[in-house]
Amino acid sequence: MAAAGVLHGRADARRYENNAATREAPWVKWTLLGISLAFFALFLLLPLVAVFTEALRKGWVTYLTALSDDDALSAIKLTLITAAIAVPLNLVFGVSAAWCIAKFQFRGKHFLTTLIDLPFSVSPVVAGLIYVLLFGAHGWFGGWLAANDIKIIFAVPGIVLATVFVTFPFVARELIPLMEAQGREEEEAATVLGASGWQTFWRVTLPNIKWGLLYGVILCNARAFGEFGAVSVVSGHIRGQTNTMPLHVEILYNEYNFAAAFAVASLLALLALVTLGLKSFIEWKAGQQSRESE
Amino acid sequence: MSAATLFNPTRQTRVLPGFGLSLGYTLVYLSLLVLIPLSAVFLKTATLGWSEFWAVVSAPRVVASYKLSFGASLLAAAINAVFGLMLAWALVRYTFPGKKLIDALVDLPFALPTAVAGIALTALYAGNGWVGSILEPLGLKVAFTPLGVLVALVFIGVPFVVRTVQPILEDLETELEEAAASLGAQRWQTFTRVILPILLPALLTGFALAFARAVGEYGSVIFIAGNIPMVSEITPLMIITKLEQYDYAGANAIAAVMLVFSFALLLVINLLQAWSAKRTGRNR
Repeated sequence: MAAAGVLHGRADARRYENNAATREAPWVKWTLLGISLAFFALFLLLPLVAVFTEALRKGWVTYLTALSDDDALSAIKLTLITAAIAVPLNLVFGVSAAWCIAKFQFRGKHFLTTLIDLPFSVSPVVAGLIYVLLFGAHGWFGGWLAANDIKIIFAVPGIVLATVFVTFPFVARELIPLMEAQGREEEEAATVLGASGWQTFWRVTLPNIKWGLLYGVILCNARAFGEFGAVSVVSGHIRGQTNTMPLHVEILYNEYNFAAAFAVASLLALLALVTLGLKSFIEWKAGQQSRESE
Repeated sequence: MSAATLFNPTRQTRVLPGFGLSLGYTLVYLSLLVLIPLSAVFLKTATLGWSEFWAVVSAPRVVASYKLSFGASLLAAAINAVFGLMLAWALVRYTFPGKKLIDALVDLPFALPTAVAGIALTALYAGNGWVGSILEPLGLKVAFTPLGVLVALVFIGVPFVVRTVQPILEDLETELEEAAASLGAQRWQTFTRVILPILLPALLTGFALAFARAVGEYGSVIFIAGNIPMVSEITPLMIITKLEQYDYAGANAIAAVMLVFSFALLLVINLLQAWSAKRTGRNR
């Protein structure tokens, strides 16, 4: 999905353009290029530009005031906390899942891989709902939680759980194909030479998978910062307490406070741009690494 | 370790340590966070009773939401199949300024939070927005109509088709096209008879992925949809509406319908991907 191939080098298009058998008539080329670039501009570029122009429409003072508002700051803080918990959890899970799936043969392996991808095919709203069914006031554990005065739904733990769910497969799905492609000869050699399991992992496996790992982590992080549907169901929208940045954007927008809504949104859009920049950088580095090893 | 005996690895792979630990941890984490919570939807639905369940999921307002969600998602995926193929083609086959930047920005819908996309698209397509102010005098209202839902779903589906077709297109041997050309095929014939059959499984996979994502999408849609009952309400919004009315059983029933549909679609996508792998493997 997000990562059709971290190791996929981009070939030079000139080899097609200089070959009579693989190029189109100029008018076909320019029409195709024109339509696809217009599609790109209309659906991708324009919304991105709109976020920043709307955010700055009323000037820098309004922009900075919106960002330094107490509720905005607490939303930023909650989003940071959520990502700081959810991303490492899924990182450890991803490495563990990739280790057993890529390095060992066992029955049910393909099925397990499909199960790991499951959260991507579940609607974010349903992802939030399942935790309400378990931990909400009328849920399976609702009575017990209320009796012990533990709040999960409409509180921070619920937000973290929903975020973990929607970002669940990112690291694993990046690492599994990468580690499968690398095989297990290097690790087996290290083990035979007397390295312990942890030594093998830290010294042999990790250097090989570092770019794929980082790639999974930044995608996971971007989604953790930006999740809306799942978090919206479990949050309860308590201002200053259970509002993440995307939820804060929604509240401001519904109050017709557009400049402030877009100001907070522009921070998230900046993060998206940084994510895409890092992603391109990692693709380049990983391409370099795979060329060197060839 | 019962997990290890259940999945029993074949013997020669036992050189490396950590199988029991990593598989055990994977299964426990997966069960606690994904499998058990998801099964709660079905177990709760089972307590509802068939007639009650049917009354919820076949209510006119809910049925109207299926029609919109599925119809708009299909149409959005189809639009993405056509324009995504063109964009992938342009990115692989042509040189033009800013290509690297455009290639990187194709993934924007994955990286940009859906709520941000939602308010940005609404600002663009509202009557006073950059695009809306051009379209509305022509009698085309986009924001707060089903057309707005379509626009949002096209946005979030863009990367799926481009990113499934692009690698196949890059791996395509130019010899095939040279052979077709030397045998007298027109460029268009080469495309429809040689290239398209090779791309087809990947194109369908991208279409199915975009469709699956669109059906469940919430954040980018609700701002631009206007959420008018019977007209522009999507199915995920119906779950939210039920929850806001504390109708947990109703929310649950609709969620069960959506889950069954996504699982069926996941199966189709897996089959398509297997077909795609076979098809491109054969051509290598």
